[in-house]
Amino acid sequence: MRRLPLVAALLGALVLAGAPASAAVPVSEDTVHDVAAQLRCVVCQSLSVADSPSETAHQMKDIIRERLAAGETPDQVKAYFVDKYGTWILLSPPRQGFNLLVWVVPFAGLGLGLVLVLVLVRRWSRHPASPAETPPLDAAMRARIQREMAEREP
Amino acid sequence: MSGRSRLLPWAIPLAVVPVLVLLAYGFRTDPHDIPSPLVGKPASPFALTAFDGKPVALDALKGQVVIVNFWASWCYPACYEEAPSLERAWQTYKDRGLVVVGVNFQDKEEPAKRFLTQFGHTFPNAPDPAGRVSVDYGVYGVPETYFIDRKGRLRFKQVGPVSDELLKREIETLLAESA
Repeated sequence: MRRLPLVAALLGALVLAGAPASAAVPVSEDTVHDVAAQLRCVVCQSLSVADSPSETAHQMKDIIRERLAAGETPDQVKAYFVDKYGTWILLSPPRQGFNLLVWVVPFAGLGLGLVLVLVLVRRWSRHPASPAETPPLDAAMRARIQREMAEREP
Repeated sequence: MSGRSRLLPWAIPLAVVPVLVLLAYGFRTDPHDIPSPLVGKPASPFALTAFDGKPVALDALKGQVVIVNFWASWCYPACYEEAPSLERAWQTYKDRGLVVVGVNFQDKEEPAKRFLTQFGHTFPNAPDPAGRVSVDYGVYGVPETYFIDRKGRLRFKQVGPVSDELLKREIETLLAESA
């Protein structure tokens, strides 16, 4: 009975020793690259962590790999970097709040342009340009044309 | 015909004004001025080994005002400009509860040690070989300086070199607070 705490402690130690080994998840380089491609290299101008050859980007990739190996999901890894650097670190702005404009405005502009073109085309086809712009022949004009044509004929 | 001529005077300002407003806004903001989400939060703990072999850990500095300065020997001229100010601040306030910690960012040991000798730095300086501490603090360039209060919260971040005036202002504010 006196040995029970000792046994429990030993078991506990075994569990603890086993925990890191079982927690290490095999990480595919594709996943590392995928996460790295969505993060901004902090020391570069407009380069992703995946594309930058800088030392900092290498270290950030190591951190990504390490966190994935510890069992974090790609979203959790990204959340860690957002926690430290803000959403600035994400190459695509998150689709919420003010940033939503970036996602909505180009498509809204395209739609508006299409509608405008459609309206104009319909208006132009309803009022053909030629009859509206040539004044109708009145009797005097018709008579004059006929007279002048007759004069030219030999 | 008449519909088109009524719309046309509006079409140009309608297209141009939003672009001008956007440009005016864009050129007035500094794209390098990115607010740190960490200000106001507890500072990330770190445990580094200084160039002289002594351990430097944030946990051991609780109750003191801590300045963490990220620098590099290749960071010229900004890091060279602020280096004497940091040493002066450390000498002035170390007996009143200030600790200055230098973290060497993306550097080689030899030039880093030469930098420390050149400026006669006496406060602890440690390399961050795996870049973990730099990412934990959200560093995106050097120099950057972080001010941590006696409770261990990050209170202020300076991007670019620190001056004597800035150091005095921030340090005296934080030293005046109780732990």
